[in-house]
Amino acid sequence: MIKRSFVALTKPRLSYRAIEQTPPEPKIMPVPKHATLLLNGLYDPFGQKKSVLLKKGDPVKTGQKLSLYEDSDAYVVSSVTGTISAVSSFSGDFGKSYAAISIDVAENEEIDEQFSALVTEPTLETVKNCLAFIPGNLPSVIFSPDQSSTPIDTIVICGVDRDLLITANQHTVVKESKAIKRGVQILRQVTGIDNIIMASPEHLMQDAGLSGAEVRIVNPGYPSSLPHLIMRDALGQVVPAGKSCEDLGVVFMSAEAVASLGKSFNEGRIPFQKRFNVIKKDGSSTLVSARIGTPVSDIFAAFDIDVNEKDRIIFGGPMTGTSIYSENHPIQPDTDAVMIQDYKDLALVSDYPCINCGECIPVCPTRIQVNMLVRLLEVGNYQEAADEYDLYSCIECGLCSFVCVSRMPILQYIKLAKYELDRISTVEEANV
Amino acid sequence: MFNQKKFTVSHAPFWHNGSSVSVRYYNIILAALPAVLFGFFTYGMPAVGVVCLSVSSAVAWELAFNKISKRPFSIGDGNAAMIGLLFAMLLPATSPWWLVITGTFVAVIIGKQIYGGIGGNPFNPVLVGLAILTLSWKDYFDFNEVLVNYDLGYSMAYPLASLKHFGVFAISDFKPAALLMGQQSGGIGAIFGLGLILGGIYLIIRGCIRWEISISFLAGVSITAVLFNMADPAHYAGPAFHILTGYTLIGAFFLATEDSSSPVNFIPMLIYGASAGMLTVLIRNIGAYADGVVFAILIANLVNPLVDKIRPKALGKVV
Repeated sequence: MIKRSFVALTKPRLSYRAIEQTPPEPKIMPVPKHATLLLNGLYDPFGQKKSVLLKKGDPVKTGQKLSLYEDSDAYVVSSVTGTISAVSSFSGDFGKSYAAISIDVAENEEIDEQFSALVTEPTLETVKNCLAFIPGNLPSVIFSPDQSSTPIDTIVICGVDRDLLITANQHTVVKESKAIKRGVQILRQVTGIDNIIMASPEHLMQDAGLSGAEVRIVNPGYPSSLPHLIMRDALGQVVPAGKSCEDLGVVFMSAEAVASLGKSFNEGRIPFQKRFNVIKKDGSSTLVSARIGTPVSDIFAAFDIDVNEKDRIIFGGPMTGTSIYSENHPIQPDTDAVMIQDYKDLALVSDYPCINCGECIPVCPTRIQVNMLVRLLEVGNYQEAADEYDLYSCIECGLCSFVCVSRMPILQYIKLAKYELDRISTVEEANV
Repeated sequence: MFNQKKFTVSHAPFWHNGSSVSVRYYNIILAALPAVLFGFFTYGMPAVGVVCLSVSSAVAWELAFNKISKRPFSIGDGNAAMIGLLFAMLLPATSPWWLVITGTFVAVIIGKQIYGGIGGNPFNPVLVGLAILTLSWKDYFDFNEVLVNYDLGYSMAYPLASLKHFGVFAISDFKPAALLMGQQSGGIGAIFGLGLILGGIYLIIRGCIRWEISISFLAGVSITAVLFNMADPAHYAGPAFHILTGYTLIGAFFLATEDSSSPVNFIPMLIYGASAGMLTVLIRNIGAYADGVVFAILIANLVNPLVDKIRPKALGKVV
C-alpha cells in the first residue's frame, strides 16, 4: 500500500506500473476441474414463459454457445468441455444479477465447430453471435448499436491498464502486436469505423505503432487512463457531466479484447485464456494466464497464498476494483487482476464525519468540491448533490477516498447516489 | 456452501494513504509544544497549571457531551485536547481555575459540539471561547494587569497595549530579535515567536495545515501594517512588530488554519487568510481592542462559506 510520505507538501503521486522491457511470459494455469460462467440477467426458471435450455447434466463443449432461455440474446460461450453441474442465481455489485452456470470439466477437451465454420469471412453478425465472451470483453455497443444515441465513430483501444499494479493490457500490446493488428483490421471491416486510436503509455509507443491504429500517449500518473481523462487529454473532448463516452460516439475497449478478436479469426477458434495480474498479500504482482471460469481458489492454491477468514479478495485493481465474497468466484472476461489483502493490513473505512481538511480538493482530477458533496451524500440529498455539487462529473477514480483523513467511503457514497438517482428516474419514466 | 470462509467485502478503493484524524491533531499538539514549553519556563508553575487544567477540562467537557448526547466517544481523536491546549496558549499564566473551565466549556460545547461535533463548527472553537471570555471578564485579559507580579528581566508591558495607548514612541524598546525569542508579555503559548514559526513550518511540511492560509494571513498583516506605517510612522508600527507581538503567529499557524471553519479552495484560502490578516491590523490600529487577531479570524470564519463558493469549474460541467 502506498502511504502518505512524511513530507506531505508534495502530494504522493500514484503511478501506473510500467511493464518491463522484455516481459516474462505469464504463468499458465491448467484447465480447472470446475468452472463457472456468469451469464448476465436474472436466473428465474419458474417465472419464465420461455423454456429453460440449460439443466443439470447437459454436456457442453469448449466454444459452445450457452443461452439460458429460448430466443434469448444473452449468452456465454463455454470455455471448457464437461457437464453442467448446477445453474443458480448469483448477485453482484449494486444488485446486478447473473445466472451462474457451473460445469464439471471432463478430461478430454472437445471443440465446438460453430465458430470455425464462420471464420473465413468476418462479419459483424459473427462477432455479435460468437465473440461477446472473449478475454478482454468486447463492449456490446459496437455490435448492437443503440439506435437512439449518437452513432459510434471512434474506437479507442486502451493499451494502458485501468488501475495500479496491473500490466495485463501492456503485456498484450508488447507480445501480441500481430493479433492486435489483425483485430484492428477486423474491427475496421466489420464496423465500418475508420477512426481507431490506440491509447498507449510512452514506453510502449513503438509496439502500439505496429497495430495500425493511430497512437496517442497517455500520461503515467493515476488516474489518467480512465476513459473520461483519455477523452480529455488524448482526444481533446470533454465529456459533459452525466454523459458517457459512448454518447459522444467514442467507445473504449481493451487491447486484450482486440487481440482476442484478431486471434479468433487467425486461429479459427475462440480464445479462452484470460491474462491478468495476481497481486499477492505483499503487494507483488505476477502475470497469469487462466481459462475464463477458473475459480479464484485455484489461482490462490497455485501461488501458495493462504486465504484466511476476513481477508479481502478483489477483482480489479486497488483503486477501482470490486471485492468479492466467495472463493469460487470465477475469472471473467474483464478480470484484469485478482488481488488479495490480508485481514491485518486492511484499510477500513470509518463512520467519522468530514472534518473539512481539504485533502480531497487538490487530488480530484475533475475539480469537484468533495468536502461539500460528501456532506450532502451522507444525509441522502442526492438530487441536491447532483444539481449543486457536480455529482455527475465524478469519474470514480477513488482518489478522494484514498486521501480522506476521516477515512470516509466517499466513492461508495458517490456510486450509491448515482445508483439511487438512476433508480428514481427509471421509476419516474415507467410511471409517465 | 455453508462452511465457506467469510471475507471482508467493501467498496473501492482498497488502499488508503494512512492519514487519520487523530494523527493530524496529535501532530498539531506536537507542533505547539515548543511554544508551550517556553511558556512553562517563562511563567513557571502557574502556566503548567493553566495548560493542564485547560486540556483536561476540554477533554472532560467533550466526554460529558458525548455521554449526554449518546454519541460515540470522540475524545480519542485529539481534537478536544488540541482545543484545550490552544485555548490555554492564549491565556495569561495567572488565569483563575474557573476562567479556564468556563472557557473550555464555551469552546468545546458551544463552539463545537452543538453544531454536531467535529467538522461541523462554523467558527474556530478556541476563538469562540476566548472571545466570550474577553467580552465577559475583560480585566482578566489585560496582560499589563494580570502579569504585574512577574519580573523576568525585560519590559513586562504588553507590547500591543503600549502601542495602542502611547504610540510608536513607546515600543522603541521592543527589538524584533528579542520579541522573536519570546522576551515579551502575553499568552502562555503566544509569546515565543520562533517556536510558533518552527511549529508552523512543521505542520506545513507534514500537510496538517493549509499553508496558503498561514502565508496569506501573514501577508495580509504585513501589507496592511506597511500601508499604515507609511501613512503615519509616528502612530503606526511596522510589519515586524505586528507579526511578532500578540496572537499573530499563533493565529497564522494554529487558529486561522482550523479545518472546519476555513476554506479549502486555493483562491478562497488566499482571500480568507489575507482578509483575516488585514482585519487584525485594522482592529489593532483603529479599532477598540489592543489585539485584533481573535475577532479578525472570527469575522473571516463568518465569510468562509461565502468565499469558498469561488471554486473551479468541475470537469464536464454544463451550465
